[in-house]
Amino acid sequence: MTAQLLSANHGAALAATLAARANRDGRGFCSGVYPITPSTECMEYLCQQQIEKGRVIRVESEHSAMGVCIGAASAGARTFTATSSNGLAYMYENCIAAACLRLPVVLAVANRTLGPPWNIWADHSDALTLRDHGLIQFYCADNQELFDTVLCAFRLAEDRRVMMPVMVNMEGFILSHTVAQTEIPDQSQVDAFLPLTDIPHRLDRTPHTLGQIEVPHQTEMHRWQHHNAMLAVPAIYGEIQDRFADIFGRRPDDPVVPYRAEDADTLIVSLGTIGSTAERAAEMMRARGDRVGALRVRLFRPLPADAIRAAFAGKKRIAVIDRDIGLGIGGVLWSELRHLADPATVMQNYVAGLGGGDIRPEHMMKMLADLEARDGGGAPAMMEAV
Amino acid sequence: MREPALDGMVQTVLDRPEPLFRKGNTNCGGCGMSSTLQMLGHAVAERRVQLVIPAACAAVAGGTFPQSTFGVPTLMTTFAAAAAAASGMASVAALNDEDMRVIVLAGDGGTFDIGFASLSAAAERNEDILFICYDNEIYGNTGGQRSSATPAGAVTTNTPDGKVEQKKDILAVLAAHRIPYAASVSLAHADDTLRKLRFALDQKGFRFLHVLSPCPTGWKSEPALGLELVRLAVRSGLFPIYEIFDGKRYVVNIEPDFSDQALDMYLSLQRRFQKSGLTAADLRPAIERYWQNLRALSGRIVPARRDA
Repeated sequence: MTAQLLSANHGAALAATLAARANRDGRGFCSGVYPITPSTECMEYLCQQQIEKGRVIRVESEHSAMGVCIGAASAGARTFTATSSNGLAYMYENCIAAACLRLPVVLAVANRTLGPPWNIWADHSDALTLRDHGLIQFYCADNQELFDTVLCAFRLAEDRRVMMPVMVNMEGFILSHTVAQTEIPDQSQVDAFLPLTDIPHRLDRTPHTLGQIEVPHQTEMHRWQHHNAMLAVPAIYGEIQDRFADIFGRRPDDPVVPYRAEDADTLIVSLGTIGSTAERAAEMMRARGDRVGALRVRLFRPLPADAIRAAFAGKKRIAVIDRDIGLGIGGVLWSELRHLADPATVMQNYVAGLGGGDIRPEHMMKMLADLEARDGGGAPAMMEAV
Repeated sequence: MREPALDGMVQTVLDRPEPLFRKGNTNCGGCGMSSTLQMLGHAVAERRVQLVIPAACAAVAGGTFPQSTFGVPTLMTTFAAAAAAASGMASVAALNDEDMRVIVLAGDGGTFDIGFASLSAAAERNEDILFICYDNEIYGNTGGQRSSATPAGAVTTNTPDGKVEQKKDILAVLAAHRIPYAASVSLAHADDTLRKLRFALDQKGFRFLHVLSPCPTGWKSEPALGLELVRLAVRSGLFPIYEIFDGKRYVVNIEPDFSDQALDMYLSLQRRFQKSGLTAADLRPAIERYWQNLRALSGRIVPARRDA
């Protein structure tokens, strides 16, 4: 274990590199990559690594980047790629194909606003659009968490009970370009943590076809199997947390990360780095005598509904902050969580920081003042209008 | 023109323990892709191969889960990603020192149009892939719309008055990538088909085969006349049969007789040309221009052989 100063982008690439090398006695590693701001540094870093029994293919588009991963995983290799925003949008079709083919691709996403009009800054809308297609989604708040989550993602994706792609999200620039001290494990530790990639349905010698035509009842059963495999993820992730703690001496965060939530009357709920700011805001509110806590949804797919419901129980007020907007309904996180709170709880959605705008503790305190004045949850509000 | 001798080239039980393209597939009668696959199975013989197939008639030909028409491991990809997925598969095979041929089987849509970006990129990277385009000059799977491989004058379901634009010269485009091997293939000449398939299977790097693939459904032609139509297209000079090595050495394989009789027969046997009333005289100038260029490229001023 060594400590290195790394950006989150480089951290994701280094985690992928260690995972790639850990499969040198298996079928190897193959990745397709294509640059896009702000995830570019991730693929650049990966392209600079020497990977025994590995190949990184510099393709002509994100669509092909995921296409390469699909082909490589079909042949039994470990795979990884990274993208952002319109790159992810261009990749959507193959992300869905990888999921439906149940291929364990790990995808690091530096979340960015979709355009045009072009905007390179952070926004969760790019990844949230893929929420319903069988990809596991994590949202991370700091460099170490991102590094650890990428390692966990390989183990989770390749677990036979799971066998599906995992997206690890970091907000563009806010996290992707933040350089922080990151604990980097030794290769031998990663080797111990990650079993060799073993994809049971990979193409080998048996003449079977991956991804051929299905009739309705077959598609229905495959979707249902996939759904149930998703539902089993929190329990399997728990096993992975234990294993990770045994080997690396630190435990990755739970699917839902509470901060002084237990005795709080009011909760600030969010994804990604907004959660760190919410913790700071909670401290500031507590200094004024208000019992405020924070809840960060780290695992968004599958949605850990039970854990969230338990954390929501008995709360007077909940502010859900979305750095995204489902146009025509409101914040995506809010629309997913609104039914998980007690009927008596006042839950209000604040759409904030779209297109990369800052969300600072003072903004959150303004939202909480607005929330305090409400008798019931209303239509989603824009932070700037509060 | 001499009839192609099949001498032992047809599928036999000695070929492969498993045919590459099994019975019970759902292809239309007279489909050129079926013939291509029969010949491919014969050429592959005992070699270890994997297929990559984008959305296409070939994807439907695979049949429904869990049965498969393909007698080799096969990956169905999204429409535009076949060459990319094949790059990944071939790379992993190479990393594991497997003697594997990864073969893409794509229609003209997956080659000339939607699949072109990933095809061009894989060719530029010189990936170790054999890319076979069965070109039926139409989007067959969606019911027969124009593609950039559709010849001018052909009626399709979205060009009801006949397509105006010329067919894209895909071999010229691939030659510009300077890949080790590119060739057009005549299904009507079994020796030509088989030789090129075998040769391409055993080359390294990016290999591209362009097969004119009769489509009775889209061409509005008699299913039994598919190979005859290919023969007429080759004989008249409309579909030149040649090879390009490393993007620079051109070899013409079959010398046409350039007869208007063959060309007129080719046109009249397909109802897709009826509306535009295309005749041999309309096509002849373009064919002559093409062949002048081809002769210059191949360095053969004098025709090679007349009777291949």
